[in-house]
Amino acid sequence: MRFGTIFHLGVKELRGLLREPALIAFILYAFTIAVYTEAKAVPETLNNAPIAIVDEDNSPLSRRIADSFLPPYFKPPIMISTAEMDARMDAGTDTFALDIPPNFQSDLIAGKAPVIQLNVDATRMTQAFSGSGYIQNIVATEVGEFGATDAAGAGSGVGLTLRARFNPELNQMWFASVMNVITNVTMLSIILTGTALIREREHGTVEHLLVMPLTPFEIMAAKVWSMGLVVLVTTFLSLIVVVQGLLQVPIEGSLALFMAGAAVHLLATSAMGIALATIAGTMPQFGLLLMLVLLPLQILSGATTPRESMPEIIQTIMLAAPNTHFILLAQAILYRGAGLSVVWPQFVWLAAIALIFFVFSLRSFRRSLV
Amino acid sequence: MLDPAQPVHAARLKTVRHAYGKRVALNDVTLDIPAGRMIGFIGPDGVGKSTLLSLIAGARVIQTGDVEVLGGDMRSSSHRSHVCPAIAYMPQGLGKNLYPTLSVFENADFFGSLFGQGREERQRRIHSLLKLTGLSGFEDRPAGKLSGGMKQKLGLCCALLHDPDLLILDEPTTGVDPLSRRQFWHLIDSIRRERPNISVMVATAYMEEAARFEWLVALDSGKVLATGTPADLLAKTGASTLDEAFIALMPDQDHQKHRPPPSPALSFDDTDFAIEADGLTMRFGNFTAVDNASFRIHRGEIFGFLGSNGCGKTTTMKMLTGLLPASSGTARLFGKPVDPRDMEIRRRVGYMSQAFSLYTELTVRQNLELHARLFRLAPSAIPARILELARRFQLLDVMEALPDALPLGIRQRLSLAVALVHSPEILILDEPTSGVDPIARDQLWELLIELSRKEKVTIFISTHFMNEAERCDRISLMHAGHVLVTDTPAAIRESRNAATLEDAFIGYLEDEIGAQAQDEAEVTLEAPAQQLSPADARRRRLFDPRRVWSFSRRETLELRRDPIRATLALVGSVILMFVIGYGINMDVEALTFAVLDRDNTSTSRDYVADISGSRYFIEQPPIQDYADLDRRMREGSLSLAVEIPPGFAERIARGSNVEVGAWIDGAMPQRAETIRGYVQGMHASWTARQARALYGDAAAASFAIETRFRYNPGIESLIAMVPAVIPLLLLLIPAILAALSVVREKELGSIINFYVTPVTRLEFLLGKQAPYLALGVANAVLLWLFAVFVFQVPFTGSLPTFALAAVLYVAFSTAFGLLVSSFLSSQIAAIFGTTMMTIIPATQFSGMMDPVSSLQGFGAWIGAIYPTTYFNIISRGTFSKALTFDDVGGALLPLLIAGPLLIAIAARLLKKQAR
Repeated sequence: MRFGTIFHLGVKELRGLLREPALIAFILYAFTIAVYTEAKAVPETLNNAPIAIVDEDNSPLSRRIADSFLPPYFKPPIMISTAEMDARMDAGTDTFALDIPPNFQSDLIAGKAPVIQLNVDATRMTQAFSGSGYIQNIVATEVGEFGATDAAGAGSGVGLTLRARFNPELNQMWFASVMNVITNVTMLSIILTGTALIREREHGTVEHLLVMPLTPFEIMAAKVWSMGLVVLVTTFLSLIVVVQGLLQVPIEGSLALFMAGAAVHLLATSAMGIALATIAGTMPQFGLLLMLVLLPLQILSGATTPRESMPEIIQTIMLAAPNTHFILLAQAILYRGAGLSVVWPQFVWLAAIALIFFVFSLRSFRRSLV
Repeated sequence: MLDPAQPVHAARLKTVRHAYGKRVALNDVTLDIPAGRMIGFIGPDGVGKSTLLSLIAGARVIQTGDVEVLGGDMRSSSHRSHVCPAIAYMPQGLGKNLYPTLSVFENADFFGSLFGQGREERQRRIHSLLKLTGLSGFEDRPAGKLSGGMKQKLGLCCALLHDPDLLILDEPTTGVDPLSRRQFWHLIDSIRRERPNISVMVATAYMEEAARFEWLVALDSGKVLATGTPADLLAKTGASTLDEAFIALMPDQDHQKHRPPPSPALSFDDTDFAIEADGLTMRFGNFTAVDNASFRIHRGEIFGFLGSNGCGKTTTMKMLTGLLPASSGTARLFGKPVDPRDMEIRRRVGYMSQAFSLYTELTVRQNLELHARLFRLAPSAIPARILELARRFQLLDVMEALPDALPLGIRQRLSLAVALVHSPEILILDEPTSGVDPIARDQLWELLIELSRKEKVTIFISTHFMNEAERCDRISLMHAGHVLVTDTPAAIRESRNAATLEDAFIGYLEDEIGAQAQDEAEVTLEAPAQQLSPADARRRRLFDPRRVWSFSRRETLELRRDPIRATLALVGSVILMFVIGYGINMDVEALTFAVLDRDNTSTSRDYVADISGSRYFIEQPPIQDYADLDRRMREGSLSLAVEIPPGFAERIARGSNVEVGAWIDGAMPQRAETIRGYVQGMHASWTARQARALYGDAAAASFAIETRFRYNPGIESLIAMVPAVIPLLLLLIPAILAALSVVREKELGSIINFYVTPVTRLEFLLGKQAPYLALGVANAVLLWLFAVFVFQVPFTGSLPTFALAAVLYVAFSTAFGLLVSSFLSSQIAAIFGTTMMTIIPATQFSGMMDPVSSLQGFGAWIGAIYPTTYFNIISRGTFSKALTFDDVGGALLPLLIAGPLLIAIAARLLKKQAR
C-alpha cells in the first residue's frame, strides 16, 4: 500500500468529476436548494392544518372558539354545514372538522355537559395526533376563559411546566434541515463511489489498473477518499451556509466533532457503495439495488420517524446501517451539544460497519471483474 | 427506390467544415461523389473520414457548409426522413450498433421492422441474407458472443435488409481476421453484382483493400488530397503501390522521409525465456476459450499472435498478466509463476488491452502523468519521461485534448505510450494497431523493433495484419482456443507452399474449419437474385405503430435477457413496501423517561405511576440531581425527565400551588410534540382525579370533546402508510428504468440506430415506454395484492378507479424517466438525477407525510403540480375512504395530462442527430 498511489488515483477521480457538469450541478443542488426548500416546506410540526367548523350553536362562545384557531398552526377555519363535512373530509380538503352542537353555550351554562365532536382524518398521521391535542387544548382554554365553568379554578392547584430542551419551540425546521443534509450525505457517497467503479468496469479501465502495481485496496481507497472528500466539503459548506446561515438553525455542539463523525460515516457509506457495485453487474442493476438500499436507509434510520416506535426486529436490523448511528450521533452533537464521551459508541459502530463493507468489497473485487 | 432515375451524384459536399470544440475534423471540404460506384475513403486516422461519413449518413448535425445526399439537402429534416430508408450506415467499431444480448435473428428482425417491413417479407429477407453472409447456423447466438468478423457480417446483414441505395461502411474490416475479411469483401462484391446501382462508401485503413475500390478519396488533416481511380492515383504519383502513392500525396515532410522498417536480425539465447506458457487452459462454464496453449518466448523476441477474433488470444494474454486465473496449466514470467499479488512483476510488464481503456475524463497529459505516478516513477523524472514519450509517439499537439475527441489511431498511440511509461521489460500488446493507418503502424513497428533490439524488451503482440506478422521473429497461429502452429513467418509460409503469409494462414484456418468454409464460399456466389428485390412498400409515415412495436419488443427482449434487472424491477417494490410499511410508524411508543422525585411521598409516586403505567413510557432509574439529568438528556437516553418539587404532597393537601417540571428532548420535534401531548393529557387526568378525590364530583369537567378518528379508527400506521407508499414505489422504479433504457443506449453507442433509421422521436420514446409501462402496471397489481392480502389493509372504494389511476400514474412515471433521459447523457447522471427528482418530491411534497395543503413556498408549489399528490388522493381515497369515481374524478385529470405532456416535452428535447 502506498499513499502516493492512493493520492494520485483519487486526484484522477476528482478530475473525472470535474468533467461531469451535470453531476456537479446535482451535488450542489442536493446540498443547497434541496436542503433549503425541504426545511422551509414544513417549518412547524403542526403547520397550516386545514380545519373546518360546523357551528350549529352560533352563540358568542361558539364564535369565540371558531376565532381561536390561528396561523401558523391552523389555516383560517372554514365555516361549513353538516352536509358538507363528509364530502370535504373525503376529498382530503380538511384534516379536522369540529362540530359544535346546537345550544352548546346554554347547555354548558346549565351544567348539562354538552359534547363537541371532533372529526379527524386519521390517514394523515402526522397532523392527526398532535393536531387533535392542540384542538382539545384550544377549546378547553376558550371554554375556560369564557368563565362558564366555576370548577375550573378549583383544581388541585398543581401546574405543569413543560420545557422542550435543545429546541425550545419545537421548530421542525431545525430537525428537517440537518436530517436532509444527512440523507444527502448518504445518498451521494453511495452513488458517487458505486457508479465510479461500475463505470470503470464498463469502460474496461479497471482491468488496466489491475495489471499495474496496484492492489484492489489502493483502488478502492482512492475512490473512497476522493468522493468522500467531495461530500465532506459540500456537507460542511451546506451546514455553514445553508443551515446556520440562511435557515438560522443554531448548532449547539462542536461542528468539528460532527465533521469527524461525518467522515467516518462516509467511509462506511462509500464502502457500501463499492460493495453494491461489486454485486451489481451493470449500471441499471446498480440503479435498482440503489433504490432497494437507499429508501430503507432513509426511512428506517430514524431520520423520518423515531427509531423507538419501529418494530424490535427492524430496530435490530437497522443497527447494521451506518445511517442509524450517524443520525444518533448527529442529533446528540448538533442539538444536545454532546461530546465525544457521549457519542464514542457511534464512532465505533460506524468504523466497524465501514470495515465490514470494505473487507467484503475487497474479497469480491477481483471476482466481480471476470 | 426513391426515383426511377438514379441521380448522378450519391453525395455532394460544399465547403463543409466540422469541429469538435477547438479540434477541426473537416476543413472546407468540397467533394462530388459519383453514384453507383464503390468509393473508398483512405487516409490516416483522425483526418475526418468518420465525420465525413456520419455527415453523409445524416447521423450528425451539419455545422457549416452544405451536404446534399441522394438529391436533397441533409440539413432539412424532411429530406432526411425521406432518404434515410435509402441509406444504410454501419458505424466504426465492431458491432457498435448491435444489441449484444439479442440473438443474431432478433437483431436483424429489429432492423427490418424499423423499416416497416411485414413479418413474412422480413423473415424471407433475413433468412436469405443470413445465408448469404454465412450466419445461417448462428441465428440464436447472442450478438455479443459472436466473433468480430461475424459481428461485422451481421452488421452488414442488418444494413442491407432494407435495400439501401447508399451503403456507408466506416472501417468495416478493422479488427477482423483475414479469412473473415476476405469473406466480407466477397459479400460486398456479390451484393454489387445483384444491385449494380447501389453506391457503396467505405472508409478503410487497409491500403491493400483500397485497391479493390473504383474511386478513391484521399484525405489528410480534414482536407481532400486527391480523388480518382486507384490507377489515377498511382499514375499521378508514379508509385507502385497505393501505400506508397498515399505517402507521396501527403504534404508532410516527415512522412515523405518514411521508410519501411527493416526486418529484425535473429539471435536468441535458448535458455533465457521471458514468457513461458505450459498447457494453459481457460474454461468459462462449459466453453473452453483457450485449450492447452504452450509456447516459450525469448528475452528480446518479438512474438506475434495471430488468429480470428474470439479465438482466445485476449484470454491468453489476460492469463499471462494475471488478470484471469488459468483453469489449468502454468504461465511463467521471468521464470516465476504468474501471481496477481506480485507487485514487482507487474512493474516489469506493460500491457495494452484491445479496447481503449484509458480514462476518457483525463487529458492525454493527465493520463500519462497518472500512469507514471502509479508505476512509481521518481517525480522529478516524470516530466522528462512524458515529453520523451509524447515526442516519440507524436502526441505533442494533443497533450491537452481529451481521448474521446481523438481518432482511434492516436488513441492507440497514447495507449502504447502509457504501456511504455515505466520502461517495462515485457510488453504485452493486444491488437495495438487495429484501426491505425499504415504510416502510424510503420512508426509503431520502428519503435517496437528498437525496443526489442536495443533494450532487449520482450514483445508479445497480437495482430491481424499479415505484413506485421512478417516482421515478428516468430508467430503463433491460433484458432478456437488451439495453437495451430508456432514458427518463424518464413517457415510457416514454406510449410504450406504459400506465396504469402495470408494465404498460409487462410490455408491453416480452412484445414481447421474444414468443409464449412467451402460451403460458405459457394453460397456467397450463388445468392438468388430475386430475393434481394427492392422493398415494395417503403412507406413514409409520421407515426407508424409498427416501429413503436419494434422498439418495444426489442426493449422487452433485452429486459428478459437480464433476469436480475427484471426480477429486481418486479419484486423490488414489494420488498420496499414491506420495509416502509412496517418501518414507518407514527405511533410514538416505548419512550424513555426518568424522575427526579424530591418529594418521595405516596402522592408523588402515584403521579409517576400514571406515567410509568402507560404503554407509551418506559421508566428508567431515577435521576440523582440536575447534573445527572443534564448528562442523561444530552446522551439521548432520556426522552422525558420529570421533576417533582419537595413538599409536593403537602402543598396539594394544603391546596396551595405547586409546579411539576418536565423536560422533553426536543431534538426530534415531532416526537417531542407527541410526548408533550401525552404528558399534558396524563397530568390533566391525574389532577382531575385528585380534584375529585379532594372536592367530589362537582369538580368534573362540564363539557367533553369526543374525538372520532375517521377512515382509520385504530389510528394504525399501516393503514395510513400503505396506500401512500404505493404512489412512491410506482414512481421510483419505473422512472429509473425508463431513464436508464435511453441513456444506456447513448452511452454504449447503439443510439446511432435511432439517428439513422426512419423512426421518429415520438415512436422511439413510446416504444421505450411501453415495456416499462407494462412492468409498472404489473408492479401496481402486485403492490395492491400485497396491501390487501398480506398487510390486510381494507380496500373500501372503487377498484376500477384505482386501477385506472394506477395505469395513468405509471404512464406518468415512465414518461418522467424518459424526460430525464432526453437531456442527460451518462448513466450516472441519469441515476442520480432521477433519484433526486423523484424521491424528494414524492416523499416530502406529495402528501405522503404532511398534507399538501399545509405546505408553503416552493414545496407547496411542487406539491400542487407533482402528479404523485393526485395519485395519493386517489390511493388513500379508494383504500380508506370508500370513495368512488365520482368522488375523486377531479384528481384523475392531472394524471391524465401528466404522462402525454412529459412525453411531448421529452420528444421536443431529444436529439435526432449527434453533435
